[in-house]
Parts: sequence; structure tokens; C-alpha cells
Amino acid sequence: MAEPLMKLSGVHADIGQYHILHGVDLELPKGELTVLLGRNGAGKSTTLRTIMGLTDVPRGRVEFKGEDITEWATPRIARSGIAFVPEDMGIFQLLSVRENLELAAASGPIDKQRLEWVFGLFPALKKFWQTDAGNLSGGQKQMLAIARAIIEPRDLLLVDEPTKGLAPSIINDLRDAFRELKDQEATILLVEQNFNFARALGQTVAVMDDGRVVHAGSMAALAEDEALQQELLGLSLGAHQ
Amino acid sequence: MTTETSVLQDTRPTPGVRQRLAAFRQGYPHFFLLGLLVGVMLILALVPYQLVAGPWLRAGEDVPYLLQYFRMGTTTWFVLTVSGMAMGLLIFIMSSGMTLTFGLMSVLNLGHGGFISFGAFCGATVVVYFSAWAASGNLFLTIAVLMMACFYAMLITGALGVFFERVVIKPVYGDHLKQILVTIGGAIILMELIHVIWGATDVPVPRPQLLRGAVIIDQAIPFIGGAAIEIYRLMAVIVGLILYGLMLLVINKTKVGVLIRAGVESREMVEVQGYRINLLFLAVFVAGSALAGLGGAMWGMYEQIVNAHMGEHLMIMVVVVIILGGLGSITGCFYGAILVGLINLYVGYLEPRLAGIATVGLMVAVLMWRPQGLIPVLRH
Ligand SMILES: Nc1ncnc2c1ncn2[C@@H]1O[C@H](COP(=O)(O)OP(=O)(O)OP(=O)(O)O)[C@@H](O)[C@H]1O
Ligand SMILES: [Mg+2]
Repeated sequence: MAEPLMKLSGVHADIGQYHILHGVDLELPKGELTVLLGRNGAGKSTTLRTIMGLTDVPRGRVEFKGEDITEWATPRIARSGIAFVPEDMGIFQLLSVRENLELAAASGPIDKQRLEWVFGLFPALKKFWQTDAGNLSGGQKQMLAIARAIIEPRDLLLVDEPTKGLAPSIINDLRDAFRELKDQEATILLVEQNFNFARALGQTVAVMDDGRVVHAGSMAALAEDEALQQELLGLSLGAHQ
Repeated sequence: MTTETSVLQDTRPTPGVRQRLAAFRQGYPHFFLLGLLVGVMLILALVPYQLVAGPWLRAGEDVPYLLQYFRMGTTTWFVLTVSGMAMGLLIFIMSSGMTLTFGLMSVLNLGHGGFISFGAFCGATVVVYFSAWAASGNLFLTIAVLMMACFYAMLITGALGVFFERVVIKPVYGDHLKQILVTIGGAIILMELIHVIWGATDVPVPRPQLLRGAVIIDQAIPFIGGAAIEIYRLMAVIVGLILYGLMLLVINKTKVGVLIRAGVESREMVEVQGYRINLLFLAVFVAGSALAGLGGAMWGMYEQIVNAHMGEHLMIMVVVVIILGGLGSITGCFYGAILVGLINLYVGYLEPRLAGIATVGLMVAVLMWRPQGLIPVLRH
């Protein structure tokens, strides 16, 4: 296994007075796409938000590129090379597509070539360049949210359920986009309920339950082991195909 | 929502005048209200008194009280409208900072009035100190005095803003009740500070020689010929419009502006993009304080007297304006302020005793119609 780019050890997290994560251990191998699975309410989104410094961490340690970033403020974490696409996408509805992307390019003006590449992945963004993001369709908003995360090269992408509520054809577009990112050796942590989508992309997989990681390993191993799938996810691939 | 209305419109043959008016009212509530207010006054001005009061006059009876309003002529209407805009724009300058502060950080700074008073005293100090220049009647010297007064007021209130944000506001982010208590406390301290520095009595502010008097519009011009507009009010209108233009430019065209708009929608996502929203907020707070100071300085020269309580009194109008306009909206604040200025002058002319109530009445009426204010800002 490659050297982990990010490592969570025994991370606890609180939101307000609620204790949500109870000691998450997770390693993200550099250059691989890790899928985070788990039933609703398992703590997947909270794990991503915790990495971004958006929750209180009373115990545990988050390491990124060998540095302890547990106590860092969100902007500093972002600037250190982590992009985050939250579950609700978090795009700025009153800003145009263009302004959304300009803000995302935090280190300066948007690189022309990179923008063309993003337009290639998501042509709709080019068409609606000057439109307020609030007027985009759900799928287009999701594309904008992902485009925002990749408009500048980042070391790590955290993406929370990008396929939620999307039509199959758009899901295929998204899958192609992620494949291309994978080919560029991007390190990605993808939360996903759609197991087929997850299986098609993931090299590594971690399964959460009740605020902990209860299984971690290679995607190939999980994809073959129906009994383990049943046990961890309560689903059988056979039934889906 | 939008699909619903479009379906409705599709089933109707052609939208009648009523529907179009309703759509306009919903889409542009600020233009609608302004048009209504100015229009009603214009009707009062244009319809001759002799015409409406004719039957009573001919019969030799007392004319009903309300018909007296038609005695107003177009010249008066014009003077009132320009003066109302001048007052509105001064209030806009004072209010803009507070609405942005609220929009961006949902911080309710009731100490804003303290900055207005402080700015007024700073401006007054400069004008009094350079009273020889101001009295000279020399254009260059007059502009120099005005610029210095404004910059000095902005500098001092801006610096106070840095201190206020870090010491008073920062510890109470996210807690409105504490913000109200703490910022009122801050306002009292600012007021006492004024007493310590400038004494407890009112300070007269002589208006520079060149800004005294009025522009008289040529008699030959129909409708408004003979109207006398105070030069100072004209200047207030010009300065206010320039500032509004600049603010729109900053907010719509610069990166800081994009960040401010983004921050009003979601602070968290601005941070996730790598920007330190606390610094942005500090900058906006300081700019808002400086604008309050500028507004105070200009108001002081307008009233030609300043006292430590003026900010408090003006705060009533400031609060009405930002609620009326829609908290956090600069455009809403602009039109809200002009509406408040106009209604003050109009009602003050027709029924002087009701002028104070009119401001609050306008707010109540608008909020009953649109609880979010004229131009609400979307919030997650
Ligand atoms: N703001 C909050 N306040 C209180 N509890 C919260 C909050 N956010 C999340 N939780 C709780 O934390 C737990 C984990 O939530 P989280 O959103 O991380 O789950 P998830 O694995 O992403 O679920 P899903 O698949 O439904 O998105 C849930 O029990 C949820 O109720
Ligand atoms: Mg989730």
C-alpha cells in the first residue's frame, strides 16, 4: 500500500452538544480513490466535515502530508491543498457560474488551460457561464460543485455523495470525470451510497457504522465477497444486477 | 414556484394591465413604492386646488381639510423631492455599513449610532478648525476643508471600528442577545468618550461659505421654475449617488465584492474555498464604521449642529431603513433610505406632526406586505 496522504487516528467529533464520531481510523493512500460507505447516519459526512475543520475534535489526530492539521482553521486546511464538495453542494446560488469558479481559484486568476479541461468534462458550465448558479438544474449544480473543487490542482478531493438525485446519464458523465481525475493520480475520498458507482471507481474502501470505521480494505476484495457485503452494507450485488 | 407562475400565465390569453402591475409590484417592489409615493405627491401638485375645491369655494363654504393638500404646487413638489433624496442618501451612507455587517456575519451592531455621532464631531472639529478657509469662499479651500473633514471622520471612526470589532463584537459572534447588550454598552462608551473629548454641550458647525444659499431654477423652465434647492442638499445627493455607484462597483465587479456576496449566502463555504472570513468581516466592519462616520460628518454639516445623542436619534431611521430594504441588501438599503427620506419630507410638509410616525408607519406597512423587506437576501 502506498504511503497515506491523509491519516485519521482515533478521531472523535462533536457537533454542538452531540458526540458524533467515536474514534475514526482511516488512511487515504496517495493517488488512490477511496470510497467511504455506510448506512444513513453512520457519520460519513461528519468525517469529511471534520477533516475540513468544521466540527470540534476533542480527541484524535488528523494528519495530512505528514502534518498534524487537527487544530487548523478551515481556510488554512483548504489552502494546504484539500477541496471539499459537501453533501448539499454548497454552491453560491446568487453568484454566477463564473464567479463561483473564480472564488474557487483561491490562489489567483483561473488558469485558461485548466478551465478548458473543466469545460471539456462539464460542457454545461461553459454554456451557463454567466448564469446565476441558483438557476442551474440539480445535475448542473453538482457539476459546478465538482468543477469548483478541481479548478485548481489539489492534493486531495473530498466529495460527498455526488450522485444523489441525479439521472443515470449524468451519473455516467460524473463517473467519466472521476476516471479522468483518477488517471491524473488525484487522491480522492468519495462518500457514495450507489454501490455500483462506488465499485466502478474505488480502489480502496472503508465502511463506517455508528461513528467508527468498521471495515477497511481493497474494493476488489469487497466486491467479490458477497457475504461481507451482506454483513457490512446489507446489500447483495446480485440483487442489483 | 417559477414553473407554477409560468403555467398560470400560459393559460391566460394576454396579461391585462392589472396582472402586469401585480407582476411589477412583486418583481420591483422598490420601484413600485417609490413610484407610488412620488406619483401621489405629483398628483397633489399637478391638480389645481381651484379645481378640486371649486364647489366649496363657489358655495362659500369651508373646504374639507384634506383638500388643502392640493394647494401644493409643482415647484414645492420638486424641492421636497430633491430634499427628500438628499436626506435619504445621507441616511443611506450611514446605514450601508450596518446592513452589510448584518448580512455577512448576522451581527446586530446597535453601537452603530455611536460611530455616526463620533464622525459628526470629528468632521465638525475640522470644519471649525479651518473655519477661516471655509469662510473664504474660495472653491479650492472649501473643497480641501470638506475633504479633510470627511477623511478625518472616516479615519477615526474606521480605527475605532477595528478596536470595536476585535474587542466588543468578536467575543459575541453568533449570539444576538449578547450582541444587543454589548453593542449598546459600546455605544454608551462612545457617547461618554465624546463628552470627555468635546464636552457635554452641542457644537455648532458653520457651513462653508460656498455651500450656503441655494440654486434658484430659472423661472422660464416650466413646472419647476423658481424652485430653490439648497446647495448643500445638491452636494449630498451627488456624493450619495457617487458612493452608491462605487459600492455597487465594488460589490459586483471586484473579488472582495464577490466574497462579500458569497459570505452573505454561506460563511462556511467561503472558508472551505480557503478564505478567512474573519478578516473579510473585519474589513467590512471597518468600512461600515467609516461610512457611518462619513454620514455623521455630512449630517452634522447639514444640521449645522452636532451633539452626542444625534447618532442615537438617527439610529431609529437607520434601523427602519435596513429592515425595510431587507437585511444585508445594499440595493434594498439604498431604496429604503430614499423612501424614508422622501416620506419624511413629504409628510413633514403636509402634516408636520406626523413626520416621525410616517417613518415607522412605512416600515410597518412594508413588512406587512413583504416580511423579508423590499429586496430580501437569500440565506441558507
Ligand atoms: N448538525 C447536527 N446536529 C446534530 N446531529 C447531527 C448534526 N449533523 C449530523 N448529526 C448526526 O450525526 C450522525 C451522522 O451524520 P452524518 O451526516 O455524518 O451521516 P452520514 O453517514 O453522512 O449519513 P447520510 O448517508 O444520510 O448522509 C447522524 O446521526 C446525525 O443525526
Ligand atoms: Mg451524509
